[in-house]
Amino acid sequence: MLQCDDVTVRFGATVAVDDVSLTVDEGSVLAVLGPSGCGKSTLLRAVAGLEPLAGGRIAWDGRDLAGVPTHERGFALMFQDGQLFAHASVADNIGYSLRLRRVPAAQRRRRVDELLELVGLPGYAARRPATLSGGEQQRVALARALAAEPALLLLDEPLSALDRSLRERLAGDLREILVATRTTAVLVTHDHDEAFTIADRMAVMLAGRVVQEGSTAEVWRAPTTREVAEFIGYETFLTGDAADLVRAATTTTPPATTPPPTGQALVPPATDTPPTGQALVPPPSAPPPTGQPLVPDRTGVLAVRRSGFRLDPHGPLRGVVRRAVAVSDAVHLTVDVEGVGEVAALGDDPSAQLEGREVRLQIEPRGTAYLI
Amino acid sequence: MTVTRRTRAPGARAAYLNGPALALGLAALLPVAFLAVFFLLPVGGMLARGFLPEGRLDLSGVPEVLGRARTLRVLWFTLWSSLAGTVLTVGLGLPVAFALYRLRFPGRALVRAVVVMPFVLPTVVVGVMFRSLLASRGPLGGLGWDGTWVPILLAFVFFNLAVVVRTVGGMWEGLDRRAEESAAALGATPFQVWRTVTLPALAPAVVSAATLVFLFCSTAFGVVLTLGGLRYGTVETEIYLLTTQFLDLRGAAVLSVLQLVAVVLMLAVAARTRAATETTRRRVGAKAAARTPRRHDIPALGVTALAVAFVLLPVGTLMVRSFRRSGRWTLENYRALGDPASTPALRVSVTEAVANSLRTAVDATVLAVVLGLVVAVVVSRRPRAAGWRRVVAALDGAFMLPLGISAVTVGFGFLITLDRPPLDLRTSPALVPVAQAMVALPLVVRTLTPVLRSVDPRQREAAAALGAAPWRAAWTAEGPVLARPLLAATGFAFAVSLGEFGATSFLARPDRPTVPVVIYQLISRPGVEHLGMALAASVVLAVLTTVVMGVVERLRVGSLGTF
Repeated sequence: MLQCDDVTVRFGATVAVDDVSLTVDEGSVLAVLGPSGCGKSTLLRAVAGLEPLAGGRIAWDGRDLAGVPTHERGFALMFQDGQLFAHASVADNIGYSLRLRRVPAAQRRRRVDELLELVGLPGYAARRPATLSGGEQQRVALARALAAEPALLLLDEPLSALDRSLRERLAGDLREILVATRTTAVLVTHDHDEAFTIADRMAVMLAGRVVQEGSTAEVWRAPTTREVAEFIGYETFLTGDAADLVRAATTTTPPATTPPPTGQALVPPATDTPPTGQALVPPPSAPPPTGQPLVPDRTGVLAVRRSGFRLDPHGPLRGVVRRAVAVSDAVHLTVDVEGVGEVAALGDDPSAQLEGREVRLQIEPRGTAYLI
Repeated sequence: MTVTRRTRAPGARAAYLNGPALALGLAALLPVAFLAVFFLLPVGGMLARGFLPEGRLDLSGVPEVLGRARTLRVLWFTLWSSLAGTVLTVGLGLPVAFALYRLRFPGRALVRAVVVMPFVLPTVVVGVMFRSLLASRGPLGGLGWDGTWVPILLAFVFFNLAVVVRTVGGMWEGLDRRAEESAAALGATPFQVWRTVTLPALAPAVVSAATLVFLFCSTAFGVVLTLGGLRYGTVETEIYLLTTQFLDLRGAAVLSVLQLVAVVLMLAVAARTRAATETTRRRVGAKAAARTPRRHDIPALGVTALAVAFVLLPVGTLMVRSFRRSGRWTLENYRALGDPASTPALRVSVTEAVANSLRTAVDATVLAVVLGLVVAVVVSRRPRAAGWRRVVAALDGAFMLPLGISAVTVGFGFLITLDRPPLDLRTSPALVPVAQAMVALPLVVRTLTPVLRSVDPRQREAAAALGAAPWRAAWTAEGPVLARPLLAATGFAFAVSLGEFGATSFLARPDRPTVPVVIYQLISRPGVEHLGMALAASVVLAVLTTVVMGVVERLRVGSLGTF
């Protein structure tokens, strides 16, 4: 088990990692998610023993690692760009740690072949790193790290240098491999999709501090602050009357009802909302959306993912499309909703000419969260 | 991220100031001690002789020496000849660099080798070459340049062309062509593209090369001594004359200090631009392949042909004339090399001098490469603490100093400081190799450091994370990259040691001269037989160095292996 207690790393006057405490249990994968420059890579390097601590303690299975140099920690580190040894073959790269441990050549070769099989590159043993594509290089780097059978695998943005489709595929593969090998790992990334795909738990890091930690499902569903919510993909943030309006529409309108007659006020009308903002408790008949903190609070912020607002002719909200951008399997819309303002919404028909059109939006409770 | 001050919990340091870091620090002491004993001490001793004649500081010599008409004439000549040499070399070098590094044509490798060759030719040999070329009976004797300053200037260009071509060409080769292409797509004419995109991108390399050329010109010794005769002298030859002929140590010390200050200034400029060059090199784009020549490349190719002719003409003349005596073809000049009794001017035969040269050069090379490797490893590291980073930067600069300090000052300093116990080396055969290693050391450091700096430190970290101890991690990450440059640096150091003249001329014992010393002794004597032998010995020395450098060029360390 990795344990970081109040870890602080400084570069001169700059505090790169500020009082971070984390634990990673045996066999689990923790994603440290944050924007570039937030100190997440520095934290990883500190765990690897590549950065000195200005304060705090890093321990493995209760043993303090201060004074244990990198090469004696028994961890492995995988960089964004692989850092394969260009002058060695793929097999020699993967077998590097085995060679250091004087594993006999025949055994080494067997293990290398196993690992190549595991990462989906059988038959690549004799290749040179320069002849591999970016994705292949990262697979080899992963195999090289796994060959060491590290107590802890440290992954520093392992997929960031790859293009998107490859990244998505490799993220899935990486997850499978980590589960299959029961590897304990810390993954540092700025890509929340990557974090959700690969990790069990995640810690969101901003400006050197861990601002939220929990299981990936927990963080995904219930970010605690606006920064976290923004970082993991929430795009619309509503307060006051606008929030109340959307909330009310969420809780009172069952999906796919018949559209209200044109010109009729949206349900519930804004005037129905108590000015004190205390009475937005869902009616007893409507079950609260799962996992959503349903404490109505006028000081709180309602955060909505793009997927929280879907184009639906029967939806309770009405608005005008300001912008429509087609992506591969959906349309990203900006809709000016009556009484709410501009929100990010999702459509599904890229062929429709939507800009300027009046539309209705359905609210997907799973795509919304209350920030206290 | 601004790094100003590191505050760290006490004890947290221990893990990072561990064995390897300490060992590296200790290893660095070896070259530092070498530099201190064999460079700072002699130079300091030489200066002390000048400024502390009776044990107390006497600076009255400064205005007196600087007020002499002769000094002013020497300073003026040094300045303008170096400037003119630099301008000519850069002007000729740029088109050649373009043709040899941006274009692809048959025979390019050979042309590159030809252009680079002069840089390692012994200075004395170059002097002999231009003398035989421009002598009244030589092929270009009709120009009447013999005995004027023209041969000196030509020799400067001849020598330093390689510096410009390799430094600028190396950078040019790596320039991302797409920047030029986008400028052209925006409607810039080829000249506008060159002026607005290419030249600014090359500027660091051009400035860096120009600084080095100026440095080499203004401290040239062998060439000026052999070509300038008594009429033209630079600061360097003047120091030599003052110490050996007039025994005016005060005057020599004043000029040495003047030269030292100028050299440090120039090295600072070079270091600044070099940093820029190295960063750019790391960003080399993949889209930088050379192309086949087109019609508008003809001028550049023409200039290159001219440069090749300019390099080959003196070489050819030397070759031809070494086989002639009294208007006949003969091997007599070569035969005389093996005969100790061939001339009273020499105490040993030239063949013996060749053996001496080789032995000395081997020792000097081993010394320079071992020390240079340690220095390169140390200065390529970036310590975390700002204080240590400054120490590293200072070391980097310190090991460049011997490049510009008058070899004469070093040589003479050796004689006057290493003459009493515990370091009485006057009669030691180690003196010459040590001095030559000192001259070659900066070249070794400059060849290896950029290579080591180009290795991503994360390579070492990746190895360490996989369980490799620091030495092993460094070997994994840097060993394979270093192999060829190390061989190249070895060849380079060997060639430089073979040709070293300035310091060796002071230190070589009369019964164990090296070839350059012998050549100088021969051309100082009147008589066709002496000139003939000098020519033959020059050919032998030139062939030796060219063979060594040819091997180095074959290693193709590319642009990183220059300054």
